[in-house]
Amino acid sequence: MLLIHCPYCQEERPELEFRNTGEAHIARPADIANISDEAFEVFFFLRDNPKGLTYERWRHIHGCGRFFNAVRDTVSDKFVTTYKAGLPKVAVVRADDGSVRVSDRVEGAGL
Amino acid sequence: MRKYSIFAVAREAMRGHKGWDKQWTSPEPKKEYDVIIVGAGGHGLGTAYYLAKEHGITNIAVIEKGWLGGGNTGRNTTIIRSNYLYDESAGLYNHALNLWEGLSQDLNYNVMYSARGVMMLSHNVHDVQGAKRHIHANRLNGVDNEWMTPEQAKAFCPPLNISQTARYPVMGAALQRRGGVARHDAVAWGYARGAADRGVHVIQNCEVTGVRRGADGAVEGVDTTRGFIGARKVGVVAAGHTSVIMEMAGVRMPLESFPLQALVSEPVKPIFPCVVMSNTVHAYISQSDKGELVIGAGTDQYTSYSQTGGLHILSHTLDAICEMFPIFNRMKMLRSWGGIVDVTPDRSPIVGKTPVPGLFVNCGWGTGGFKATPGSAHVFAHTIARDEPHRINAGFTLDRFRSGRLIDEAAAAAVAH
Amino acid sequence: MSGANRIAGKGRLTPARTVRFTFDGQALTAVEGDTLASALIANGIHLTGRSFKYHRPRGMLSAGPEEPNALMDIGRDSARRTPNVRATVQEVFDGMQAKSQNRWPSLSFDIGAVNNLASPMFAAGFYYKTFMWPKAAWKKLYEPVIRNAAGLGVSPSERDPDHYANHHAHCDVLVIGGGVAGLAAALSAAHAGAEVIICDEQPEMGGAFRHETDTTIAGKSGFDWAQAVVAELRAMDNVRVLTRTTAFGYQAQNHVGLVERVTEHLAAPDARLPRERMWQVRARQVVIATGAIERHMVFANNDRPGIMLASAARTFLNHFGVAVGARVGVYTANDSAYNAAFDLKRAGVSIPVIVDVRPQVDAALLARAADLGIEVLTGHAVVDTKGSLRVRSMKVARIGGGGGKDYAIDALIMSSGWTPSVHMYSQSRGKVVWDEASERFLPGVHPQASMSIGACNGTDDLNETIAEAVRAGRESAEKAGVASGGGWAPPAAVAGTSWAGNMMGSGEGAGPDTTVKAFVDFQNDVTAKDIRLAVREGMESIEHVKRFTTNGMATDQGKTSNIHGLAIAAEMLDRPLPKVGLTTFRSPYTPVTFGAIVNHSRGALFDPTRKTPMHDWEAAHGAVFEDVGQWKRAWYYPRTGEDMHQAVNRECRTVREAAGLFDASTLGKIEVVGPDAAAFLNLLYTNSWDKLEPGRCKYGIMLREDGFIYDDGVVGRMAEDRFHVTTTTGGAPRVMHHMEDYLQTEFPHLKVWLTSTSEQWAVIAVQGPKAREIIAPLVEGIDMSSEAMPHMSVREGRICGVPTRLFRMSFTGEAGFEVNVPADYGKAVWEAIWARAEPMGACAYGTEAMHVLRAEKGYIIVGQDTDGTVTPDDAGLNWAVAKKKPDFVGIRGMKRPDLVREGRKQLVGLQTRDPKIVLEEGAQIVADPNQTVPMKMLGHVTSSYWSENCGRSIAMGVVAGGRSLMGQTLYVPMPDRTIEVTVTDTVFIDKQGERLNG
Repeated sequence: MLLIHCPYCQEERPELEFRNTGEAHIARPADIANISDEAFEVFFFLRDNPKGLTYERWRHIHGCGRFFNAVRDTVSDKFVTTYKAGLPKVAVVRADDGSVRVSDRVEGAGL
Repeated sequence: MRKYSIFAVAREAMRGHKGWDKQWTSPEPKKEYDVIIVGAGGHGLGTAYYLAKEHGITNIAVIEKGWLGGGNTGRNTTIIRSNYLYDESAGLYNHALNLWEGLSQDLNYNVMYSARGVMMLSHNVHDVQGAKRHIHANRLNGVDNEWMTPEQAKAFCPPLNISQTARYPVMGAALQRRGGVARHDAVAWGYARGAADRGVHVIQNCEVTGVRRGADGAVEGVDTTRGFIGARKVGVVAAGHTSVIMEMAGVRMPLESFPLQALVSEPVKPIFPCVVMSNTVHAYISQSDKGELVIGAGTDQYTSYSQTGGLHILSHTLDAICEMFPIFNRMKMLRSWGGIVDVTPDRSPIVGKTPVPGLFVNCGWGTGGFKATPGSAHVFAHTIARDEPHRINAGFTLDRFRSGRLIDEAAAAAVAH
Repeated sequence: MSGANRIAGKGRLTPARTVRFTFDGQALTAVEGDTLASALIANGIHLTGRSFKYHRPRGMLSAGPEEPNALMDIGRDSARRTPNVRATVQEVFDGMQAKSQNRWPSLSFDIGAVNNLASPMFAAGFYYKTFMWPKAAWKKLYEPVIRNAAGLGVSPSERDPDHYANHHAHCDVLVIGGGVAGLAAALSAAHAGAEVIICDEQPEMGGAFRHETDTTIAGKSGFDWAQAVVAELRAMDNVRVLTRTTAFGYQAQNHVGLVERVTEHLAAPDARLPRERMWQVRARQVVIATGAIERHMVFANNDRPGIMLASAARTFLNHFGVAVGARVGVYTANDSAYNAAFDLKRAGVSIPVIVDVRPQVDAALLARAADLGIEVLTGHAVVDTKGSLRVRSMKVARIGGGGGKDYAIDALIMSSGWTPSVHMYSQSRGKVVWDEASERFLPGVHPQASMSIGACNGTDDLNETIAEAVRAGRESAEKAGVASGGGWAPPAAVAGTSWAGNMMGSGEGAGPDTTVKAFVDFQNDVTAKDIRLAVREGMESIEHVKRFTTNGMATDQGKTSNIHGLAIAAEMLDRPLPKVGLTTFRSPYTPVTFGAIVNHSRGALFDPTRKTPMHDWEAAHGAVFEDVGQWKRAWYYPRTGEDMHQAVNRECRTVREAAGLFDASTLGKIEVVGPDAAAFLNLLYTNSWDKLEPGRCKYGIMLREDGFIYDDGVVGRMAEDRFHVTTTTGGAPRVMHHMEDYLQTEFPHLKVWLTSTSEQWAVIAVQGPKAREIIAPLVEGIDMSSEAMPHMSVREGRICGVPTRLFRMSFTGEAGFEVNVPADYGKAVWEAIWARAEPMGACAYGTEAMHVLRAEKGYIIVGQDTDGTVTPDDAGLNWAVAKKKPDFVGIRGMKRPDLVREGRKQLVGLQTRDPKIVLEEGAQIVADPNQTVPMKMLGHVTSSYWSENCGRSIAMGVVAGGRSLMGQTLYVPMPDRTIEVTVTDTVFIDKQGERLNG
């Protein structure tokens, strides 16, 4: 069972308090009613599913109830960082020894 | 290749079993093949086997990053059944079931297909409605599936607790008598042997690192840890790693990969005569021919390629097992393990062509791919050979997520009112 | 007397404290503290079981958890019986019943042993090659025979009367293993100020000191030093010492599962104690000090009872005071077996010879052997043994020399070296590294916050081990961020045993050119030649070898066999051993009782039961309940003599003729509040909420983004900025989650707050022509007249003096109210309403009648009439989809090509031609009943009931193009007949809806 740091509660809590809610930074198209079938497929069905670093959403459902984002390595299941929903995508860098840390650089805004 | 039989075994017994052929060899990869299959699990090896046997294509390489049969083929709980709701699914899984029944003879390799019956329990009115819907649809589709009262279910599976004071009492069950289990390793090995015997190269310890496409966009081959290997047709059968391989070809997939765990108990004398599944309390159990209780657990909630999962998932499963079969509370867990299952949005597989000419994909089997192995491999071979799907896998296209024509077996078991 | 083989003055047990037990019915005596293994050997019994495949007689190989052979059925009584218990771990308690397994009719005469004669046939994987003809014989003959032959013990047959406990624990440092390394590390960490948990699988800590008696630490014998350390640890507030506790699983983020055997060694355990206790430990740092496991020698017939590991013989002697034989042969490639021989010799046991495969042996060891008068043959091997139910001789030959000389023996002890126990490290996802110098796999980089020390880390020297342990303890405390100034200085230690010497694979006389049975994996009867056969057949990966031969797959999971199997495969493949790879170490380290994992999650505690505030009233009034998710809902209220059918008919009739009370408390309720509440609902529902006035309510449909119906329910507007949302019972949590998701992440600009109020409101539906008359006198502050409070309105006021949200709404088609009151008052208000309702001819009705009544009106139930593939249009609910809204969840999904195509399944009514026939829910509908299988199915029956009010059966179903088939005849083929049905609309009663307004 994973331990997850809730960026709202500022506490590391067991996974049972949380619900994973899939890939992060997939913005619902602003004009969703008028997007193409292809664009809807990309938005709703296609996923990166990376082997390595993934950006994913969690909800502290049995805690504060807030949604937040996380960067996690899907090979080791180790979290790099968690951050509040609505903040820009956090950039991370992998060091030579394989360890990953948050980069100072900020990527484009995301949800 | 020397045929397997009781006589061959007896002859070899006289001379210390020194005359057996290698079941498959380990050739160096050639520069080019007609077809490359990425992934030497049951589905991939089976695809090569049927390409060779039924389509006359033998210049094939099956490329495997680890050891053949080492992925989900070697990690699943081997449940075989075909009592799916929708016509497309029933067609595909029943095709597989028909092939299972003759597979040992076809492969000349005893895959120990054991038609012990698969019983799926209903614990509430909603379950019963769902089970009946399946049974009626199956009957009209020619798929065996019958309703059992709790007493009949108990008679079929004596360890089952049908007490009405149980937290979720058994209200009945749907039984597919033709369902059962098979020896998972033997399936991979049997197909590998059959394919190798027909000239197919099974290349293990060879990881695909890139998919090359030509100027016209079509596939030209794959880069691997053992160099570039060319082919005009590439079939990706990489289960949990499908997204990774397809990304190399520039195709983003409607897939997520989750850990799925399973466990076995210590071996005991025959006590459990069938397969029992309960989707409501999340328990899947049978007894192997070695005597171990084979128990499937659920997936973890997050995507992962780690082949491990949380203890609470196993715990939840054992809760359910011991609730339904209280006599097993003193049994012991001997071994647990995890696999990586690739799950589609509608929980049905994708078997067919891709936007990339020459690139084919067979994936998205989720937690239940083993049962489909022969059928999946058979129709995928057809799809690759003819460059068009077999009628049985025609509905399992990648573009159904664009049109919305899903085959949503999971939705059909919708959560109750 | 507790056995003829007790050596007076040896061992650590108290001879006077005897206990009685039975073995295969034979009454025997043991000493308190004995394992079943030591007790049996004390009584001269080595034959304890039969092997899996060949049914060969087997005895104890080990004195610990790695035991492959001595598995027993252990019982207290018929319900407390456990198969496959390791005799080398199980402590004897007074009254214990032990039985051998996998033999018939008896252990000493086992018919199954005929397999041994036919063993040339039963080579590895033989079953893949045969039993295929004739095809039918597989199911009828071969498979049952194979299955009956397999399995070891017999499953328990009764419900387990014992209970188990679960304990979550947190600590700074978890030390796994209580040998010298673990104890020193624990003490070091504890003195540095860390909260420490140390566990060990044995009843007493001390690790190798259980058998190794030559070491002195701080002036004490190793074992006594260990007990002194344990006493010191136990006295510290920041340390928890767990004995009989096995660390079985190392999970992500230093989550380690331990299982403690609490009562299994006690004759009369306190009934309040759990049989086993699961510890789920979260440690900031883990110190792995799991030691090493001795390997056997692989040679012809190395499996006879009486042949065992040297360390096991030494444990039986030094810990239990039991001699494993009177005349004991020694076969080794390792120094430590000499010490075992010396100990036995000094205890009066005859040691005819030490056979050592190594050409050169440490001179000091040879000198000590000479001093004790023990012959040593270096460069020699044991090439065969004899003896049917116990070893009686061994044949010794010079390596490469052929021939050989027989030695009469009654036990043979052996050692090919020690395998570091890297299980925990490997489970922590560490990758083992081959150490060429010492020829063994050792921990590499630790991927989690852990370190390995001592024998499991390849540290052989005692003083180095202690220094490493003290350092590890200190460092762990520092890394955990708790180290204070304190510390602990390593004690002076003098080692007495050398652990040097290593041999892997098969020995002399069991090479590739032979056909002898040299066992690698005892329990699964895997021999060296089986491994070779696997390689010959093309199995080049060690995982293939393992699976083909089953090497390492028995209940001991290859603790003694894996390295031998790997070495033999590597030799055959002519590859360096590490190139062939190592199989993965999986949890659990040793088998773990299901019950310990399941714990309290049994029976009522398997899953929480949710009950409404009125539950007890309902039960008292005879309700039969149904499970809906975790809820218990009143299903129907049978009166004396009524069956379900009669009760439901009466309830349905009564509601339409008079009135009925229904407990609707399980419905989900969400309070949606804020200036943007209506805007938010506009986005979450297909309907438009702008024009809904405060005091009115409306039926809403919620879609997923893909355009399929997700949930439905009535929403009341309490004020401009406040909505009372209801959801389906099962949908309550996911709808709340769904709403929060959109509010927090997609529409965070909206000022809206969501609160789940499902359990705050008890809901009493009062439905029927007399509904108003029943409740009106109880209500204050609300004008309940039809004019003031029309259908689909909501008011706040009081009922029975309690605040209420009173909805005028109906799920029956009758005029009706849903009385929401604070949950604590639910039962009292229900009773007050009932007191008025009953004399007026009303009844309480359950979910079944509710289903019938709503079906009579064509109201759908999401999850029954819809599954996850139904659009609003499919369900005939297009009227509830706002046409002018620019956006709502599902607006795009529902326009996808397949969701708007012709011929989709649409919800329709179905009437059987014979009104008496009630269709079966789930039955399939076809146009042509005479077609052949597979039939083309148009849809299925989603809801079907006998309607007492209609005097006929009614049904709804989804049918392809259903709304264009009105009035047409379709067919429902059943196994025994085909039922004709007519397609109709979905309203079967009061089509004008006049009763609603009554």
